[in-house]
Amino acid sequence: MLKVVEETKKAFLTGNETIAWAALAAGADIMFGYPITPQNEVMHYWTRLAPKYGRDFLQTEDEISAGFTVCGAVQAGKKAFTATAGPGNVLMQEPFGMAEAMRLPIFAVIQQRGGPSSGTVVYSQQEVALTTYGGNGEGFRIVYSTATHQEIYDYTIKGFNVAWKYRWPTFLLGDGYQAKMREPLEMYDPEERGIKLEPTYPLVGLPGKIGEDREPQHLCNIYSLEEELYDVVTRLAAEYEKIVPELIEWQEHSCEDADIIILTHGIVSRAADDAVKALRAQGIKAGYFRPITLRPYPAQQLREAIAKSGAKKLLIAESSYGQFERLTKQEIYGETIKIETLYMPGVGIVDYDIINKVKSVL
Amino acid sequence: MITPAIPKSWYLPSKPHKFCPGCGHGIVLKALGEVIDELEIQDKTVFGCDIGCSLLSWNFFACDSTQTHHGRTTPVMVGIKRARPELITIGYMGDGGGYSIGSQHLLNSAVRNEKVTLILVNNTNYGMTGGQMAPTTLPGQKTETTPYGRDPEKTGYPTKGPEFLAELTPEGAYIARATVSKYKQLKRFLKNALRNQMEGNGFSFVEVLSTCPTNWRTNAQQTWHFLEEEMEPVFPVGELKSPFGKGGDK
Repeated sequence: MLKVVEETKKAFLTGNETIAWAALAAGADIMFGYPITPQNEVMHYWTRLAPKYGRDFLQTEDEISAGFTVCGAVQAGKKAFTATAGPGNVLMQEPFGMAEAMRLPIFAVIQQRGGPSSGTVVYSQQEVALTTYGGNGEGFRIVYSTATHQEIYDYTIKGFNVAWKYRWPTFLLGDGYQAKMREPLEMYDPEERGIKLEPTYPLVGLPGKIGEDREPQHLCNIYSLEEELYDVVTRLAAEYEKIVPELIEWQEHSCEDADIIILTHGIVSRAADDAVKALRAQGIKAGYFRPITLRPYPAQQLREAIAKSGAKKLLIAESSYGQFERLTKQEIYGETIKIETLYMPGVGIVDYDIINKVKSVL
Repeated sequence: MITPAIPKSWYLPSKPHKFCPGCGHGIVLKALGEVIDELEIQDKTVFGCDIGCSLLSWNFFACDSTQTHHGRTTPVMVGIKRARPELITIGYMGDGGGYSIGSQHLLNSAVRNEKVTLILVNNTNYGMTGGQMAPTTLPGQKTETTPYGRDPEKTGYPTKGPEFLAELTPEGAYIARATVSKYKQLKRFLKNALRNQMEGNGFSFVEVLSTCPTNWRTNAQQTWHFLEEEMEPVFPVGELKSPFGKGGDK
């Protein structure tokens, strides 16, 4: 296969462009997509680059179809992905649910836009609930919430690998700012860095003669009996829970002696990082904690950060109206730390928003 | 006593099958099984089915098979075919899945001339969910959601799938309507639809008129009468588009 990135190089790209490059470097075979802002340029760059590397693309009739064609392609043993946002993410919950139920290694990029409904095309963190627990399922998903373009590159490669290694639907949760903003990053060939690209294998269309070399594959997604489904979901839950420790990722600093811990995810954590440094410079003991995986959630790690700091307050700041707070609360149930919130649904959060909030509650 | 031959491509542990007595699905799947045998494509066929009655075919064949949601068999088959063009993909669905909830997929895959074979069984109602009106329900026909008969003023006329697909598709597509009451013709149309995919000509679609005595609440004689005398005049049987030409399908 033609190398996508020969030598590690500095690049100055938008997030959407970064995803296209990283998907190529990760060995993605085919993208299925449907236009929706702010993810469009993932398709634009992919359609320009993919033919040069023998990769494929199909613009489908809607997001439902994009999700289900991805489900079909991964069953056939190819690394397939899609990208969407907002109302498109809503439509894709149907195929995403099928991927959960059938353990299909799909990879999807979500560039959050404002909601509810059509909302704005610009930015939000309002697709947290949908991406982590959407659909009529149990949230057997892996969700990486990125903050920088370097992370977009790294976690796109990792996302394909994790999807194929563990066989759960895997998501890169970005947003309109990350999609459209341009910033420097380092592009590299994953194998040069010792990152093994997970091999793919088909679930249907297997080699060999049926009845002689192998049995036919009958993939099941609907069950006749309650007990049958109970067994399936219980097994899925056990298998998901088992790998949680291997998957969880988070960042924290300055929590050891913190009076207040600032909890954010995604791009808002950049503002939180700046805010903590500024507050510390002013003598205010603030700590920083950021889940990178929203599913599974680093609950134990957050509990430990709270415990070791002895902090009195936790400030949750998010560009949505409590979605991240609810996700967090269910994970740290029983903690008695006082929770303060900064909800800014559909708009960006900068350091002084957080600094002002901290000063108002301390 | 002559025992009817069981197609080699049938999956025997799933027999006898679970369709209602008098249902036409068994006839369609028998014909399809014989065609898969004759074309020797069992090992490279991927069979996909919708939910609804067609779902009961999910382990019908000793072919790799997959299930999906109502109406979504078409994009799943398109995804498989795009990923692995050497495979033969057969999407199997009902009239609700194909013409209603999944119509956007059917229509657009036809326009794109996707090289998949889709088989749609038309029994004029939603069978599995208990006999509601389908896009193919005849004017005046009583169903659970048209208890006084389908009123075209309120709910339109029956969808004519092959007719609109023949208009939408470019050359190379194969479009036909068959009926379970004409077995040899049904088999010939299914064979052409698969040959067309094997030759890479384009989109292939066969609607099959079928029976549903459970929801029609008909006895054997009434069932056959409804199929031949009520349905066929509304849904004419034949090939609407074929790259093989007249007589080229023998």
